[in-house]
Amino acid sequence: MRRDAAVLFGQLGVDLDPDRPARGLSIADQQIVEIAKALSTDARVIVMDEPTAALSASESERLLDVARRLRDGGAAVVFVSHRLDEVFALCDRLTVMRDGATVRTCPVAGTDAGEVVRWMVGRELTDLFPKTGTTPGDVVLRVRGLTTDGVFDDVSFDVRAGEIVAFAGLVGSGRSEVVRAVFGIDRYDSGSVEVLGSPLPPADPRAALARGVALVPEDRRQQGLFMPASVARNTAVVVLSRLARRGVVRERAERELAAHWAQRLQLRHGGLDQPVERLSGGNQQKVVLAKWLATDPRLLVVDEPTRGIDVGTKAEVHRLLSEQAGRGLAVLMVSSELPEVLGMADRVLVMREGRLMATLDRGEATQERVMLAATGQASVAGEGSAA
Amino acid sequence: MSRVLSWDRSVFVLLVVTVAVGAVIDPDFAGGSNLGFVLQDIGEIMLIALPMTFLIMTGEIDLSVASTAALAGCVLGWAWQASGSMAVAVLAAVGTGVVCGAVNGFLVTRLGLGSLAVTIGTLGLYRGLCYALLGDTTVADFPAGWTNLGFSSIPGTPLPYVTPLLVVLAVAFGVVLHLTRTGRWVFAVGQSVEAARFAGIPVARLKFRLFVVTGAVAGLAGIVYDLRFASARPDGALGFELAVIASVLFGGVSIFGGVGTMWGVVSAVLFLGSVRSLLQLQGVPGNALTIITGGLLLASVVIPVVAQRWSAFRERRSRVLAAATP
Repeated sequence: MRRDAAVLFGQLGVDLDPDRPARGLSIADQQIVEIAKALSTDARVIVMDEPTAALSASESERLLDVARRLRDGGAAVVFVSHRLDEVFALCDRLTVMRDGATVRTCPVAGTDAGEVVRWMVGRELTDLFPKTGTTPGDVVLRVRGLTTDGVFDDVSFDVRAGEIVAFAGLVGSGRSEVVRAVFGIDRYDSGSVEVLGSPLPPADPRAALARGVALVPEDRRQQGLFMPASVARNTAVVVLSRLARRGVVRERAERELAAHWAQRLQLRHGGLDQPVERLSGGNQQKVVLAKWLATDPRLLVVDEPTRGIDVGTKAEVHRLLSEQAGRGLAVLMVSSELPEVLGMADRVLVMREGRLMATLDRGEATQERVMLAATGQASVAGEGSAA
Repeated sequence: MSRVLSWDRSVFVLLVVTVAVGAVIDPDFAGGSNLGFVLQDIGEIMLIALPMTFLIMTGEIDLSVASTAALAGCVLGWAWQASGSMAVAVLAAVGTGVVCGAVNGFLVTRLGLGSLAVTIGTLGLYRGLCYALLGDTTVADFPAGWTNLGFSSIPGTPLPYVTPLLVVLAVAFGVVLHLTRTGRWVFAVGQSVEAARFAGIPVARLKFRLFVVTGAVAGLAGIVYDLRFASARPDGALGFELAVIASVLFGGVSIFGGVGTMWGVVSAVLFLGSVRSLLQLQGVPGNALTIITGGLLLASVVIPVVAQRWSAFRERRSRVLAAATP
C-alpha cells in the first residue's frame, strides 16, 4: 500500500512521505493526497471543484501542473474555478454557467477574459432598485489597515451617514470576515476601527452595539435568530435592558416593540408568539432586520441581506435599506449579487483574496469593472472618497 | 409545540396522581409528618436543582455539585472546630461552594473545556479534598440550636425549617429564569450560542456566573445536609448529582439546552420525593431507591426521542394514507 502511494505521488510529481498523517499536511498537500486517492481507483474522469481556492499562488501552480500531467496521461479533467487566469492557463475548453444554466461552451483559445466576464454577468441592470439620492454626512465608520493574517490584509475604507457602501467580491474573498472583525465577533491582528470619531475596542460586540453598530449576519438561521423562540422574543433580544424595569422584562413593551416592527416591515406571521422557525425565509430575514433596526443603530452592517429569499421580499428589503440610508443611517452591505450591489450602492468596494482591489463610485461601477477586479483580471483604482 | 399536554404539565399531573394514589393505598403517605419527611428528604436535591436548571438550559452541566456540597459540609465542620463560631463556619462553607463553582466556571469558560469532562474531574477532586480535610473522621459536635434546625419542624406545622428556604429560592430562581433579562439570555444561549454572541449577549460571563451560583447553592445544600444529620462527613451527599440531574431533565429541561421551566423542575423533584417515600413506606430498602433515580433519568432522555420519532412516523403515515385515498 505504501509503495502504491509512493508510486502515485511520483506520477503526480510531488515528494510526500506516505507515512505522514494527513492532518499535519498543508492544505495544498492534502489536495494532492485527495487527487492521489482519486487516481488510485484508476479514475478516468476527475472533477476538481475550486481546488485552488485555499492555496497560495505557488501551490496553485503546482496543482495546475498535476492537472496537466493527468490530462497528458489521458484522463479527462473537469476544473471548476472562479479564477479566470487559471482557467486560461490550464483549460482547453470552457463552459460558463449563470443562474443554474449553461450560457456558453467554447474553446479557450477562441476567447478572452473580457468576453468571459460579459457572459458571466449577462443580464441588463434592471430598475428594480429604488435609489433615493442622498448627500453623505459625517464619517460614521472609519477602518484603517485592518489585517488578520491569512484572512484579510490592510483593508481601509470609510462609511458615511446616509451612504450605502457595498462590499463586492467572490465568495471567500474575505468580506464577511472583515465585517465580523469590525463588529467584534472575531479578533483582528492589526489596524483600527473608529465609530463616529472614537476607536472601537476589538472583539467586543457589546461595545459595538452600545456605539450604534448593528450587524445582520450572513447565516440567519445560525447567527441571526433563535429558531425555537417567538417572533416577539427574537425582535426584542438585543434591547432587553431598554424594555426592563428593575430587571424584569415588561412583556407588554416587548410585544409592542415586536408589533411595531412587524407592521413596519409588513411581516407575514401567525402571531407574535409564533416560533420563527415556522416563518418563511424572507419573513425570517425581516425579523432579523427588525431585531437590529430596533437598536436604533447609526451604522447597519448587512451580510448577504437577500440571500435565499423570494423576489418580492427582496425588493422590500432593498426599499427598507434605501429608506433607512435616506434618513441618515450608514449602511455597509456585503453582497454577492452584482445587480444588488450596483443597484443599491453609492460606493462599491471590491475584495479579492483578502485584499481591497478597487473602490468604485456609483457612476464608475459597472458589472464588468467589478467582476474584473473581483476575479483579479485588473486592479481598477477608483477615485472613490475612501482613502 | 402547541400540544395541550406539554412536558412540564405532564410532570405536574403525574405528581398529583402519585400523591392521590399514594394517599389511597397508604394512609400514612398523605399525613402531615410524611410531607415534612419528603421535604426534608429532597431538600438538598431541590436546592441544587434550581441553579442546575439554569446551567443545563445554557447547554452546560455541573456533575461536581454533590462533591461541592460535601466539601462545603466538611469545611463547615472543620471551621466550626477551628473557630468556635457557626457564623464563621457557615460563611466558610458557602465561600467554599463559590470557589468550587468558580474553578469549574474558569475551566469551562476561560479555557474552553467541556463542562462534562471538567466537572467529572472536579467531582473527584472536591471529594478527595473532603478526605484530605477530615480524614475518616466526622465532626458531630455542632451546637444543638443549629442541628435542631436540621431535623425538627417549624412549631405548629409539620414542615421542616428548610421549607421557607426552598420556597423563597424556588420562587426567586423561577422569577429570574422566566421574567428577567438574565433569564431571556439563558434561553437564548441554550437555543444558539452563535446567535447569542451576534446579539451581544456576554455568553462566557453569563456561564461563569451560573457556575459560581451553582457552587454557592451546592455549598448551602452542604450546610443543610450537615445540620440534617448533625454531622460533617467526607462521604456526605454521595450520588446526589444523579438525583439532581435526573430531576432537572425529568422536569422537562432539554439536555441540549434552550427548553424548560422552573415549575416543571420543582414538580419533578417533588415527584421524585413522593415516589421514594411511597416505596419506603411499602418497605422497599433505601439502597434500591437509586433505581428510581436512574429510571427517571433514562425516561427523561428516552421519552422525548421516542415521542419525536412516533410523531414523525404518524405524520409520514398520514401523508401516505392521504396519498393512497383517491
